[in-house]
Amino acid sequence: MIVRILGEGQYDLADDAFSALNDLDALVEAAIEAGDEIGFRDALAALLDGVRTAGVPHHAESLDPSDLILPMADATLAEVRDMLSDDGLIPG
Amino acid sequence: MSMWQRISLIFRSKANKALDRAEDPRETLDYSYQRQLDLLAQVRRGVADVATSRKRVELQVNQLQAQSDKLQGQAEQAIKANREDLAREALTRKSGLTSQITDLKTQQTQLQGEEEKLTLAQQRLSAKVESFRTRKETIKATYTAAEAQTKINEAMSGIGEEMGDVGLAIQRAEDKTAQMQARAGAIDELIASGALEDASSLNHGDDIARELEAMSSDSEVEAELARLKGGSTPPAIEGADDGGDILKDEETVQTPSSAESKDPQ
Repeated sequence: MIVRILGEGQYDLADDAFSALNDLDALVEAAIEAGDEIGFRDALAALLDGVRTAGVPHHAESLDPSDLILPMADATLAEVRDMLSDDGLIPG
Repeated sequence: MSMWQRISLIFRSKANKALDRAEDPRETLDYSYQRQLDLLAQVRRGVADVATSRKRVELQVNQLQAQSDKLQGQAEQAIKANREDLAREALTRKSGLTSQITDLKTQQTQLQGEEEKLTLAQQRLSAKVESFRTRKETIKATYTAAEAQTKINEAMSGIGEEMGDVGLAIQRAEDKTAQMQARAGAIDELIASGALEDASSLNHGDDIARELEAMSSDSEVEAELARLKGGSTPPAIEGADDGGDILKDEETVQTPSSAESKDPQ
């Protein structure tokens, strides 16, 4: 699978790496639901570290779309909420 | 559906919507390529803008550091002159500058981080744009319209996602730079107004410098006086005092002596 960390680029991840990352993912989602900014940042940092460690950078010249897109490392809770809303963050 | 899948879907659909689509799918490739080149130019400008802001903050750090060093020197000078009150004032102002400097250095680090991020984004996009260009020519030359549509969709969704990502990075860097420029502007104004510079400017002088100057000019006057007293003037003054007496004495002496001399004659 190809995972993009916004602002960093794409990583190739083996399918079996995902189960380990699911726990970290659950922590991020829980923090977002609870509105826990500090918990969110810590959990997001751990999740992104997990992706960087388990994955290898995807070939730079490829034009493959990602299977999963994760927020940038310094994203705030508000920014992630914006991404989920209709008027979103993406310019254009 | 997980939250990230939702985010991914929203992100991709927006990124794709943002791409121009032409009636002829092959024209879409050219439109998109133009947009990619525009975006690349935009990232390059973004990198340059952030670098300019970083340099401005660096300059301010240097200015404030020089002022801080000057206040330190004034404090030392004041202590030598036994003026603890002046030394305290100088050190108080210096500590005000120190917190500004720390703040600016944090901004400098953040801007450096943004600059590096955008530089990397530029490299990634550049690689993908070049790849897209090659793919575009291949698609236009080789495939039938039906085949082309599939290939175009593949290439477009990949580049669209990258463009969305880079566009977002530019937007965030611009927001951060704008915030910092506002603060840098405020500090420039502060320096220009003399609020900071007044405390340590060489040209205009400040109350600490003025007092130290006044003290040194006082002591220069004293030294000059002492020199005058020890040199030609003191004997003159003494001579004047004594001379008066001597003259009086001489007069008193001379008068009787002349009288005496006259008397024998």
